[in-house]
Amino acid sequence: MRKSLDTIIETIIFICGMLSIVFVVLIFGFLFKEGFAFFKDFGVSKFITGQFWYPSSEPASFGILSLILGSILVTVGACLIAVPIGIMTALFISEIAPKGVRDVLKSLVELMAAIPSIVIGFVGMVTVVPLVKNIFNLSTGLTAFAGAIMLAFMAIPTIVTISEDAIRSVPWQYREGALALGATKWQTIRRIVLKAAMPGIIAAIMLGIGRVIGETMAVMMITGNAAHIPHSIFDPVRTMTATIAAEMGETVRGGMHYRSLFAIGLVLFIITFIVNFTADLFLGKKKNR
Amino acid sequence: MSIIEIKNFNLYYFEFHALKNINISIEEKRITSMIGPSGCGKSTLLKSINRINDTIEGARTNGGINISNQNIYADNVDVDFLRRNVGMVFQRPNPFPISIYENVAFGLKVNRIALDRNVIVETVEKSLRAVLLWDDIKDKLNKSALTLTLEQQQRLCIARVIAVAPRIILLDEPCSSLDPVATQRIEELMIKLKDNYTIVIVTHNMQQAARVSHDTAFMLLGELIEFDNTEKIFTNPTKKETEDYVTGRFG
Repeated sequence: MRKSLDTIIETIIFICGMLSIVFVVLIFGFLFKEGFAFFKDFGVSKFITGQFWYPSSEPASFGILSLILGSILVTVGACLIAVPIGIMTALFISEIAPKGVRDVLKSLVELMAAIPSIVIGFVGMVTVVPLVKNIFNLSTGLTAFAGAIMLAFMAIPTIVTISEDAIRSVPWQYREGALALGATKWQTIRRIVLKAAMPGIIAAIMLGIGRVIGETMAVMMITGNAAHIPHSIFDPVRTMTATIAAEMGETVRGGMHYRSLFAIGLVLFIITFIVNFTADLFLGKKKNR
Repeated sequence: MSIIEIKNFNLYYFEFHALKNINISIEEKRITSMIGPSGCGKSTLLKSINRINDTIEGARTNGGINISNQNIYADNVDVDFLRRNVGMVFQRPNPFPISIYENVAFGLKVNRIALDRNVIVETVEKSLRAVLLWDDIKDKLNKSALTLTLEQQQRLCIARVIAVAPRIILLDEPCSSLDPVATQRIEELMIKLKDNYTIVIVTHNMQQAARVSHDTAFMLLGELIEFDNTEKIFTNPTKKETEDYVTGRFG
């Protein structure tokens, strides 16, 4: 009786484990099937380097360079804001803040991660967008810059939590050793703690980037969605994710436009895969030491 | 001439009275050991001498510790400068996860003792020679310090301290994670170093105290029970508790 119960439970666990693998494989399969079908008809290099995204004109043009640049611009902008703030917040929480402040701050940062992206997009639209418009005297505030600010808000919790873990897991003995040699607190942090925590911090940044680059809702609401090559961060841009979300509903199933959106998904997947893989590389390196 | 003078020194961790009215005078260029059962406060006392205890939450002190007639707990004391003068080697070797060279150069750089590269290189070599490590590692100075054996790591930690030229070196059970052969060699090093430095060592190993130190302090439950010549402590102690401990009746 006990034996057969064991077998049943083991089988259930096995099936559940297999199912998640099957789902992932199916998603990949679907993405690759539609994406490659599109590449075969249209050509990869024309797709990636083409400047014009006119999916429904006659003849249609499926160049996603402007979308890739849009995604990159917003992501890089968000990182420039989120990385310094995130790392310094992590340092403050783990090294400087007194215990009471530390606990409150940590919970707040974690709460920040729980804000749905649609809310961030909405708040950004009514606050940051007009602010950007007025401060920089633009015709519209719906720009890559506004998008970058709001996406930075979404990346900061990831960067703070993971780099704070990395900083806190630096053995106390390193700090003690440095202080005992006459180093000041800041010298200890800069020369020893940050150095020792660096693999974890880089992983944190990578995961933050991963979060930003895949984000859809907030950017769709804030960045203006103009599919043209941006000339500065104050231009409206359209990202790859926003394109898929906005256009999927209007395509004919199985048609060229439909497949082109899968192809965008595939490109996006390759980018996030590389980012996550790099993050894993650094996290793994940390563990092996 | 006593270099460290501990006077009516008390230390509390929150409500816990960890050190009770300690009075001790430590002589220059001698090795002084502190012994006693776990939790007796010997490490706490050692860590009060370079104020590394300050970093522990809830620690507060009263009374004073004078080093060269200056109270290190006075308000105007530069704690970073104090720690440079009173080096410390810890229980577990704690080289930084950077290169061997950078480990030794660290103290020189953060204290701005030497800014010229040639001077730093020279001092690094001199310090590594002083701990008899130079010949083993001179070809791999740029390798991570974590690649060294535990004994080499502990030597490196001593070299790192010597590099900033302290007057006093505190050793907190420096051999507790080493094997007997490595222990013996570190002990030989201590005896060699005492010509130039005042050494205070905390040890749970009574034989070690007997072998290396000139003076021994016996502590129990936060109090200093007896402080005297090492030979006297081990052969003819005044207090009953000391005798019970050194003869192995408890501890």
